[in-house]
Amino acid sequence: MKVHEYQAKELLGKAGVAVPAGIVVTTAGEAAKAYEALGGGLVVVKAQVHAGGRGKGVAVGPEVDRAEALAIASGEKPRPDGMAKGVQLVKSAAEAEKAAASMLGKTLVTYQTGAEGQAIKKVLITVGHDIARELYLGVAIDRNLKRPVVMATTEGGVEIEKVAEETPEKILREPVDVGLGLMDFQARRICKGLGLTGATAKKGVVFLKNFVKFVLESDASLAEINPLIVTDKGDVLALDCKLNFDDNAMFRHKDLAGLVDEDEEDPSELRAARSGLSFVSLDGDIACLVNGAGLAMSTMDLIKYHGGEPANFLDVGGGADKDQVLEAFRILLSSPKVNAVLVNIFGGIMQCDIIAKALLAAYDEIDFRVPLVVRLEGTNSELGKELLEKSGRKIITAVGLTDAAQKVVAAAKRHVA
Amino acid sequence: MSILVGKDTRLICQGITGKSGAFHSEQCKAYGTNLVGGVTPGRGGETAVGVPVFDSCEEAVKKTGANATMIFVPAPGAADAVMEAADAGIAVIIAITEGTPVLDMARAVAYLKAYHPEVRLIGPNCPGVITPGQCKIGIMPGYIHKPGRVGLVSRSGTLTYEGVWQLTNLGIGQSTCVGIGGDPVNGTSFVDVLEMFENDPDTDAVLMMGEIGGNAEEQAAEYKASGKFTKPMAAFIAGQTAPPGKRMGHAGAIISGGSGKASDKIAALEAAGIRVAKSPADMGLALKEAIGA
Repeated sequence: MKVHEYQAKELLGKAGVAVPAGIVVTTAGEAAKAYEALGGGLVVVKAQVHAGGRGKGVAVGPEVDRAEALAIASGEKPRPDGMAKGVQLVKSAAEAEKAAASMLGKTLVTYQTGAEGQAIKKVLITVGHDIARELYLGVAIDRNLKRPVVMATTEGGVEIEKVAEETPEKILREPVDVGLGLMDFQARRICKGLGLTGATAKKGVVFLKNFVKFVLESDASLAEINPLIVTDKGDVLALDCKLNFDDNAMFRHKDLAGLVDEDEEDPSELRAARSGLSFVSLDGDIACLVNGAGLAMSTMDLIKYHGGEPANFLDVGGGADKDQVLEAFRILLSSPKVNAVLVNIFGGIMQCDIIAKALLAAYDEIDFRVPLVVRLEGTNSELGKELLEKSGRKIITAVGLTDAAQKVVAAAKRHVA
Repeated sequence: MSILVGKDTRLICQGITGKSGAFHSEQCKAYGTNLVGGVTPGRGGETAVGVPVFDSCEEAVKKTGANATMIFVPAPGAADAVMEAADAGIAVIIAITEGTPVLDMARAVAYLKAYHPEVRLIGPNCPGVITPGQCKIGIMPGYIHKPGRVGLVSRSGTLTYEGVWQLTNLGIGQSTCVGIGGDPVNGTSFVDVLEMFENDPDTDAVLMMGEIGGNAEEQAAEYKASGKFTKPMAAFIAGQTAPPGKRMGHAGAIISGGSGKASDKIAALEAAGIRVAKSPADMGLALKEAIGA
């Protein structure tokens, strides 16, 4: 689960991690007031969407071609004068109002959002600081060490993946004991590695310890502060912040679960999640419904291997009763780009004849406008296949993975023609 | 006894009084697994699936001599169940439960490492372990397996069944099939299982099924390339068409920051001399070719 920058900063601020003062607003008028409330001077107006690259991103209206906007946001084309950026520096209330107006209600396109972009509904008005140094700080789970690891580097403001690839030796790593948290000596070691000295180093230790404590207590699965800045006065501040939380731990963080912004999520994925289905939409035209995540991924690969393009990942899980299948079909068919559907079930404990009955019941309740190919394997697979074949519905049955893939790819092509 | 589980396994189920726990305990028992008891705190003294229920693992071990456990405890309590089993001296812990918070599992793994390093945790979020014809622990359908000499190891559930079924249909039996689970933090890695298969006189070759996310497959490739694993090996990697940054069902199946891509894993495996099936329909075939059968 992701949260916005302003939410992340509020959470960090409460946890004793130094963040710049800021006010989130939804109108340009509020932006001007927020500028005054923050005491004036240098202020930053930042679009609040769940995507990186906002500083280079552009806020555009419907009149701008989105592919063009993406090219500009990715640095492939120059930004025309007057095209608003997703992060703007302002020096007066009037400028703050103008900057906010140039973003609110527009769509922010960054290299991370793709051409579709994200609607800007809120902007963060935040105090600007004179930056002496830009650093990077992050915490992520290290699968090999099987615990969180703090990563820090002096190469702030750039993508950490790039640093990891080009100059991995510049990344400091401190594994965190999940019981003890980050220890003082580790925090001191990181600060030393980052070149922090004197009072700034002391502030850095407090910052680090509170940050890691927050990550452990809130079940953050990824926490990044980029850049972490040292101001000309020697203060250490989180200038930008990205937090993801472990969905599986949200049962014990009801307060955090409430921070989710559903406007930022894919509507189909959100709908699927509500029915206990795991769904990811892709660009192709062959939809698939599969039991089990590994087999679902493999089914996508299989479609591609046989010359088709998968439209989605969908894992119905172990149950696959009629209601789940029905909801899954509805989600798949809600996409106009879908030209065929492949059902691939390995019924182990789950019996294929029962699955076949669920498929038929769901099929009858929906306008199945595209060809449906079904491959059932496992317990009572013959019985299931027979049920489908004798049902009189236009369902194509398949035996084995290859047969299923070939049939669905052919069916999709016929459907287009 | 092949690896991990066999005829000498005495199994308990933690969460035996729950719907899934009861159903799969019954299925394991029907397969011939020696189920000796179950644990549900507060339900001690009852009987479930024809075996006694205990309040704690400690009691269950004392009364039944259990040496393996299958965990169906709901996600919020699954890590605690793992630690309780280890504390009670159970050597093989198989955690089926899906959806455990990753930091909970990190804590459980750290606890095991510190206080019970001899304990073997498989999972969580896995189908379990089966030694065909001897012992089934988990949710896999027993009948698709055939006793034999090929080991299987996988991060997935139904994809594993697919691989097993392909082998069985080719007449190739299995020594032990191990599901290590789809979570980012788990108890046992591919390399751990390969090491067990290397030392197992009942295993001649291994079929490994990996997926996007992390670098466990690359480590397995390195292990093979270093000469530490000497038996023939075939593999399949799921998620070649998965987009970056999206979690594909399993909590651990995500390409992040350019790492965990299927193409990198396949390249590493092939460079190590491991035969990689291009299509999931050819996993059994790839293994067959690897052993020259």
